[in-house]
Amino acid sequence: MIKIKAKDVDVFYGKKQALYNISLDIEENQVTALIGPSGCGKSTFLRCLNRMNDVIDICNVKGEILINDFNINDKSCDVVRLREKIGMVFQKPNPFPKTLYENVSYGPTIHGMAQSKQEMDEIVETSLKKAALWEEVKDRLHEPGTGLSGGQQQRLCIARAISVRPEVILMDEPCSALDPIATAQIEELIDELKKEHTIIIVTHSMAQAARVSQNTGFFHLGHLIEHGPTDKIFKNPDNTKTQDYITGRFG
Amino acid sequence: MNLILFTFIVLLGFTSYYFGRRKAYTIQSSKKRLTALPQFYGYYLAIWCAIPAFIIFSLWAIFEPTIVKLLVLSDYSNQGYLDDELNLIYEKTKSLSRGQFTGEITPFIEASAEKYLSLRSIAQSSKAVIVLSIIIASVAYAYKRISSNSRTREPVEKFLNAVLFTASLAAILTTLGIVFSLIFQTIDFFKVIPLFDFVFGTHWYPAKAFVRDSSEALDPTMYSDTFGAVPIFAGTFFIALIAMCVAIPIGLMSGIYLAEYASSKVRQYAKPLIEILAGIPTVVYGFFAALTVGPFLKELGTSMGLEVSAESALAAGGVMGIMIIPFISSLSDDVITSVPQSLRDGSYAMGATKSETIKRVIFPAALPGIVGSILLGVSRAIGETMIVVMASGLAANLTFNPLESTSTITAQIVVILIGDQAFGDPKTQAAFALGMSLFLVTLCLNIVALRVVKKYREKYE
Repeated sequence: MIKIKAKDVDVFYGKKQALYNISLDIEENQVTALIGPSGCGKSTFLRCLNRMNDVIDICNVKGEILINDFNINDKSCDVVRLREKIGMVFQKPNPFPKTLYENVSYGPTIHGMAQSKQEMDEIVETSLKKAALWEEVKDRLHEPGTGLSGGQQQRLCIARAISVRPEVILMDEPCSALDPIATAQIEELIDELKKEHTIIIVTHSMAQAARVSQNTGFFHLGHLIEHGPTDKIFKNPDNTKTQDYITGRFG
Repeated sequence: MNLILFTFIVLLGFTSYYFGRRKAYTIQSSKKRLTALPQFYGYYLAIWCAIPAFIIFSLWAIFEPTIVKLLVLSDYSNQGYLDDELNLIYEKTKSLSRGQFTGEITPFIEASAEKYLSLRSIAQSSKAVIVLSIIIASVAYAYKRISSNSRTREPVEKFLNAVLFTASLAAILTTLGIVFSLIFQTIDFFKVIPLFDFVFGTHWYPAKAFVRDSSEALDPTMYSDTFGAVPIFAGTFFIALIAMCVAIPIGLMSGIYLAEYASSKVRQYAKPLIEILAGIPTVVYGFFAALTVGPFLKELGTSMGLEVSAESALAAGGVMGIMIIPFISSLSDDVITSVPQSLRDGSYAMGATKSETIKRVIFPAALPGIVGSILLGVSRAIGETMIVVMASGLAANLTFNPLESTSTITAQIVVILIGDQAFGDPKTQAAFALGMSLFLVTLCLNIVALRVVKKYREKYE
């Protein structure tokens, strides 16, 4: 089933065009990996999906992005509701300088999702459990989140993202600042999360894309060169550029 | 004379730099490797010029006056003059030699004035000869010594290190000097006025101390109830409080606006405009408060049936608050801007609005820095003088009514030290005691503020 449908998306930073005519369908409850060399626009495309590009003054997005058949670039779209449905995990772990508990309860608080302290406790616990962090931190929920290790911080950010039960989770190179062990933990987690969430992950690691994703899109210089099932992209790509990138001939 | 000599030495310095470098180039052209860049050879020679010059100049400055004085006064020895009288004779001699002497000229003094002048000119010319010959000798020695493998880089770097160290030492020593002069005068003051009376007394009438004839003996009992500092401490903190009530909300909100809401174009113009406020001399704020705000408040109050003093604490505090706005807004703007963008992104991505993000993420993260900026603002408010002197009156009333006039520590120091004053008088020393307490308060505030700001930095760097 198609969850997100991007149609002819163009993105401009001031006068410079960053994305050309991107059309891409994203399957529900699957992991879609976006790969490509640095500066190819894959992160920009990811940020279109929860309208994070609004934060950048000079950024201008054109085209349609349908999520559940609703165009999020339409004026009637409420960004607050949209971002409640579309969570995001960033490249560098960015826990708030607050306690672990406050980090996870942040989203539910601003969206008024818990009526009582008890409910909030439950949300925090389930989110941390889903992020596979609960066992490690359950005794120090009221210590600052910035005191965790890098991998733990990133899982805390994942817990924060899933605390509002988003339908889609966007991950922007979530493992690039982590060591191999923490990376393996996050990848395992992604596999688990796709049961309930649709996941789109930007990654520089071809191996990671091959391991975690079912679909892959290859970006180059602002164009979506090729997209399809990961197996096909990696084993038998249609485009020679894709072939060259995947075999490491450039990028 | 000194100026010409000095210019000459500077020229010599440049010349020796040139020669040092030239010698280095010569060595280089004979295919030998240098141990340092050629300009280090130049600097090295210039230092060999500067150090002897400096030493001789300082020796001369220290010993010349003493020696000349000894020689001039040697004519008067064994004639039974007291030291004070000798000093007087010497002063007369000096002023006569400058042609500024007004009293009766005796042949004795005239003779010593002539001797003084000739000694001075001998001293000057011998200084010139000695300095120049030593410099030339030392530069020549160094010039001969430098070769392809001599070390020039290390001495030059060490010299720079020493110069920079001396500069910072001068700043530190000045601070220490000021603090010690405060401390000693303050101790003298508390020998006459008990510390307890000063800190807890509620009557401040330094005018009472004006009455004393300086020839009378000092009688501590006459100062009871004169130097009770409570009213002016209270006034200081009260006016600072009013100022902060104006400055904190406006400064903070404009800081948040500039950092988070203003487009880069608005920010580009608005920030310098706000900072202009910080460049207005406090005297201008002072007469703005005294001539515009004060009378306006008085009229406004009268029309509402309130009794408002023309020199109210409200006018002074309010204007002082306006003066402090740019400090708080500019500093908190900087602090808020330096909160990492990733935290904002994290919050926006959770669906938080701008105001929620500011309230729940950015403000708490920036809080230590904001507190630091507020504390710096408070220490400015407490130390501010001109506005209070001009706008808030000089009578030390113990009051917490913003519509009446009060006075502050700084204003009282001005009152005490304006006009004639005698050193060693409790009235004058009271100013030092006040200065000392002011210094202690602002010192503590600054230490706390810097600590807080530092703590904040550690978090994000």
